[in-house]
Amino acid sequence: MNTTRRTVLKGATASGVLAGLIAAGALRPTQVLASEWNKAAFEAKDTAGALKGIGAAAPADSKDLVLKVPDIAENGAVVPVDVVSNIPKTTSIAILVEKNPSPLCAQFEFSNGALPEASARIKMGQTSMVKAVAKADGKFYTAQKEVKVTVGGCGG
Amino acid sequence: MADPMKIRAQLKGDVAEIRVLMSHAMETGQRKDAAGATVPAHFIQSMTIDVGGKRVVDGQVGGSVSRNPVFGFKMKGAKAGDKVVVSWIDNKGEKRTDEAAVA
Amino acid sequence: MKQNIIGALCALAVMGGASAQSPKKPVAKPSTKAAAAPAAEEKDAATLEFEKFRAEMEESNPAELFEMKGQEQWKAKRGPKNVSLAESCDLGQGVGKVEGAYVKMPRYFADADAVMDAERRIVWCMVEKQGFKFDDIAKQPFANETFTPDITNLVTYVATHSRNMKIAVPLDDPKVRDAYEVGKEIAAYRAGPYDFSCNTCHGTDGKRIRMQNLPNLSTPAGAIKGVQGWPGYRMTGGVMLTHQWRMGDCFRQQRFPQPKYASDAVAYLLTYMIGTANGQVYKGPGIKR
Repeated sequence: MNTTRRTVLKGATASGVLAGLIAAGALRPTQVLASEWNKAAFEAKDTAGALKGIGAAAPADSKDLVLKVPDIAENGAVVPVDVVSNIPKTTSIAILVEKNPSPLCAQFEFSNGALPEASARIKMGQTSMVKAVAKADGKFYTAQKEVKVTVGGCGG
Repeated sequence: MADPMKIRAQLKGDVAEIRVLMSHAMETGQRKDAAGATVPAHFIQSMTIDVGGKRVVDGQVGGSVSRNPVFGFKMKGAKAGDKVVVSWIDNKGEKRTDEAAVA
Repeated sequence: MKQNIIGALCALAVMGGASAQSPKKPVAKPSTKAAAAPAAEEKDAATLEFEKFRAEMEESNPAELFEMKGQEQWKAKRGPKNVSLAESCDLGQGVGKVEGAYVKMPRYFADADAVMDAERRIVWCMVEKQGFKFDDIAKQPFANETFTPDITNLVTYVATHSRNMKIAVPLDDPKVRDAYEVGKEIAAYRAGPYDFSCNTCHGTDGKRIRMQNLPNLSTPAGAIKGVQGWPGYRMTGGVMLTHQWRMGDCFRQQRFPQPKYASDAVAYLLTYMIGTANGQVYKGPGIKR
């Protein structure tokens, strides 16, 4: 725990005040450093609401946003999703599943050399469109693809 | 206490590939257990990756990310030996920070 | 380990009992039909699609999280005797040596006078060397969504250190050969309310259940498909499960009474299955549907 703490402190030396607060135990590192969870977007019950929640009410279709998902998922509990944005100045990528009870799965913001791409594994309750949404230069872009969810056999 | 993550950060040319495995139940709050009782929501909400002391990924996550999450990212500008620090915090306030070095 | 052997005998006895009743009623159709697929190696679109994502799934397998824990537990002084497995447990390659041990089991262990698969051997070490009680381990030997037993982590750790090695069950040892032959018989043993045997689903090429192809365990190529998935991270439920678990579950699916944990019956069945895969490369721990 101590080494971890030191590392986090080192990372925060840019702001002496912040480091001081953390060291004093007034603030926990992760709380300080991670952005606040976007409750409205994640708890939205439909895609429109989720998109609105992340500020992307009407994203434009883009071929430069590459969404790689299986045509048929082996198991809806673990669907691999890979998103790569070739749109210049992409700063964030979000993943949504239209028919999930809460469509927004995740959103990642990139900085300091991170390439605008992300892979994750998500749950899908049923066959649905999977959507990627990228933010680039203040505008939103989207790409989507259907993933069929199958029923499997026994113990594998 | 939450179980440790497994972090891999490998340089391939000038791009570092960062893979993170997290140990977490990721309960949506909608699933029912064998007895028919609703399993309360318990999922990671935020995750961050810092490399060489700089924030590289700031992620927000919902309950529909799979149990024991796996994430992959890429970055430019990392050097072998740079420290990779990954943190997460869930909806109950539990958290975990682990680190690895770029190899 | 007396209780183990007794357990095995009980399991076999129970199976015998089931057979006595079984032929009377040709029962209603099983719900999980093992329908014959058109051809053995003809791959349909779905199978090809699954395979595209296999490599990616296997490259980052949550099984690694369990392996990490297993490594810690292998090295830690634990149990009433406060001894580590690393300093006391011989998996057949010398005390504490895990490298390549998994692919060379089941094997005969003179100290236990029994043929043991990896899981059974580690349990034996936990009992004999560390002082844990067998009954405590056997109470909940397999993982569920809220609990993963130490033994599962340990098996995963040991198996990881045989990754990419050739399966080499010592079938030239007469005791292991005997176990193999008994295992082969168990696999062929038809009984239970559906008059099933292991081989009903896993004894010929080209069978499938729903979207999943079923490996033919009587051939080396088929057997390795079954073997290398275990221990495996199962996507359904997100739990880590062992080969011992899979054997028990197969009996459950046949509507048989399940064999006793870490018993002779399971060790023999595993000797047959893993022994049949001799010479094939082990690529586990796996990730399963």
